[in-house]
Amino acid sequence: MAPLLELQNITRRYPGVVALDDVSFSLNGGEVHCLVGENGAGKSTLVKILSGALAADEGILSIDGRQIEVHSPADAQALGIGIIHQDFKLVPELSVAQNILLGHEPLKRRSLFIDYGQMHEKARGTLRQLGEEIDTTAKVGHLGIAGQQIVEIARALSRNVRILAMDEPTASLTKHEIANLFRVIHRLKSEGVGIMYISHRLEEVFDIGDKVTVLRDGKVVQSCVLTELDRRSLISLMVGRELEDEYPAATLVLGTEILRVEHLVAERLTDINLQLFRGEILGIVGLVGAGRTELARVLFGADPVISGKILLDGKPIAPKSPHDAINHGIGLLTEDRNRLGLVLPMNVRENISLAGLDPFLTGPFINRKAEEAAAQRSVEELQIKPQATEAEVETLSGGNRQKVVLARWLSTKARLLIFDEPTVGIDVGAKYEIYTIINRLAAAGVGIMVISSDLPELLGVCTRIAVMCRGRITGIIPAKDATQERIMALATDSDQ
Amino acid sequence: MTTTRILSRKAPAELGIGIAFVAECILLSHLSPYFLTTENLLNVSLQASITAIIAAGMTFVILTGGIDLSVGSLVAFAGIITTDILRIHLPLPVAILAGLSVGAASGAFAGVCVTRFNITPFIVTLALMTIWRGAAFVYTEGRPIWELPESFGLLGAGRVLEVPIPTLMMVIVYTVSHIVLTRTKFGRYVYAVGGNREAARLAGIRTDRVLVQVYVVCGMLAAMSGILLASRMNSGQPNAGLMYELDVIAAVVVGGTSLFGGRGSIIGTFIGAMLIAVLRNGLNLLNVGSYVQQVVVGAVILLAVLMDQWRRR
Repeated sequence: MAPLLELQNITRRYPGVVALDDVSFSLNGGEVHCLVGENGAGKSTLVKILSGALAADEGILSIDGRQIEVHSPADAQALGIGIIHQDFKLVPELSVAQNILLGHEPLKRRSLFIDYGQMHEKARGTLRQLGEEIDTTAKVGHLGIAGQQIVEIARALSRNVRILAMDEPTASLTKHEIANLFRVIHRLKSEGVGIMYISHRLEEVFDIGDKVTVLRDGKVVQSCVLTELDRRSLISLMVGRELEDEYPAATLVLGTEILRVEHLVAERLTDINLQLFRGEILGIVGLVGAGRTELARVLFGADPVISGKILLDGKPIAPKSPHDAINHGIGLLTEDRNRLGLVLPMNVRENISLAGLDPFLTGPFINRKAEEAAAQRSVEELQIKPQATEAEVETLSGGNRQKVVLARWLSTKARLLIFDEPTVGIDVGAKYEIYTIINRLAAAGVGIMVISSDLPELLGVCTRIAVMCRGRITGIIPAKDATQERIMALATDSDQ
Repeated sequence: MTTTRILSRKAPAELGIGIAFVAECILLSHLSPYFLTTENLLNVSLQASITAIIAAGMTFVILTGGIDLSVGSLVAFAGIITTDILRIHLPLPVAILAGLSVGAASGAFAGVCVTRFNITPFIVTLALMTIWRGAAFVYTEGRPIWELPESFGLLGAGRVLEVPIPTLMMVIVYTVSHIVLTRTKFGRYVYAVGGNREAARLAGIRTDRVLVQVYVVCGMLAAMSGILLASRMNSGQPNAGLMYELDVIAAVVVGGTSLFGGRGSIIGTFIGAMLIAVLRNGLNLLNVGSYVQQVVVGAVILLAVLMDQWRRR
């Protein structure tokens, strides 16, 4: 029997690069086929070809053995292909039901009016199919990320999808929400839907996947049943070399206290106490809404302190703005680098120097030569690709964009650096490089805090881990004594 | 290095409009023998100078993703304040300073409304547009201010080495604006705030301050134009500068600056302003009636923006 979906010998060229080079991929109904590879390996290009957003230069697409043509997202929909993008395509001001049936609204008989009763009925039916109970009258903008994702899946499902491509669906979900998503995926599988699953989180791939195809530089390097591979061999296939360790070893010597927070209260933060020493890497973990990002923003002056003390090197500080905080030597690498970190229309050089223009200033004028030279050094040191300081950041991949933000904060010579989800959506190789830089900074005496939802990452990188729950720190434990179970217990505050 | 330079946002953006401008000039020089004379070109630059000077200020505002609709009314009100002070025989520098202060104060007020009270620039400056126009009529009781010292008329009508003073002022404003936007910290921050305001704030830029400053720059340049215009008309007119905001915004947009902020340049605005001015001049030389001119100018604005969209694909 022919597979549900088959892509044969797909080639797609961009000026100067071959994004996909003779790639073949097949998917059966009721199967999860994972697609993995580093940033720029060609995964997104493949999804775009499947969705009709891009055309292949060569190759054949077929469903049930019949050749198909996909020229637009509408074509893809008609063929039963659904795509769940990393950034959802929902209308936040409309209700859940309106979003699920957007463009397919049921009408009252022989009229132009929407039959809202039937609409909510249909929406509820689709959600029930996923085993979800969401109020269909709620505004989508008021749902969390996880809820929005369910709506997105329900929307695809309401259009009778047979093939569902999911691009990094868990990037901003908590562990609990991921478990829920996996339940939904299992249900879809049992209904015969074929799922193409793209993720950087390898543990998920092993959790949920039946088959895996590894892309590297636009070519398929391996395509097999997942049980034939272990994590280590999968990584080396992706990276194209043996990676000794996922986390670089660090030799850190504990130094003096750099940061002390006493009884800090702010919006959504209650009585925060913590200490940070030079030469340590403090991880901050907690479920979404636990207050991790809020803590980072308050320390950075982006949100106001209500009461309590922040001491930097023993001196009390009260940063009223990020500008203040930077002058105190604090830096924050925000989560969501595209929305909060980078100025996308600006080039690499301008983004790097944005927080630290002062050394290049003569009066009000920027010394362009010096700025360029410094940017060039950063680009080389962090191996940002392309190695062009004048490239627009919009053209860079996720990992390289993160390196640009990192270069910006390295250039400010901060004493205290806070990393908020530094490796979301970044491939294994780039992650390793970022961990290495974090280690180097810690060894050089910079105070480091790392906020992450990726527990193995925190256990691999940090020396101590502070667990937050509902705006409080519920425990601080040395990483060597920490286990995922113990952290989850503190994060859900299950002792109480 | 040369290849990476070409990647930068500015060069190609101005290339398209530049070519269009040159093509326009070549076409007109064939259609009218009078077009390419020094006298005509200086005349075009003089006529363009009033709105072009404001367009330089507007470029700062639009680069931050804002808009300033109050400039046309400010032209009138600043002109009236300046001429009224001259009428009571205070010295010219005092009068000019007072006029410029009106522009600066209006801009500062708009900036504070936009940043502190979080009102959209469109609404704030729409209100100011009505307020200043109304104020101009209230102040003058609807009558122009006449009987000004002869020296004041020199600002608008005088020439230095054959070049009209307003043209000279325009060249200075554009040179300084270009240097500020491309070479200074302030200019960099203007692009950063327009490109991503929150990211700019989190990079330590005092974005509120930058925003107030761009409205002050725009207000002052509008006032400067108002003073030059009053001098050319030798009077303070309450209906001076009517609808100028539209000509000014058209020049900026035709020049390739994005209304969403973060992208654009002062050179683009200059070419945009000149393109429109030359078009008007050419249509006059070809004896095209003023009603038809409006249609043609509108169509050209649309065409320029369409070409720009197409180029960005």
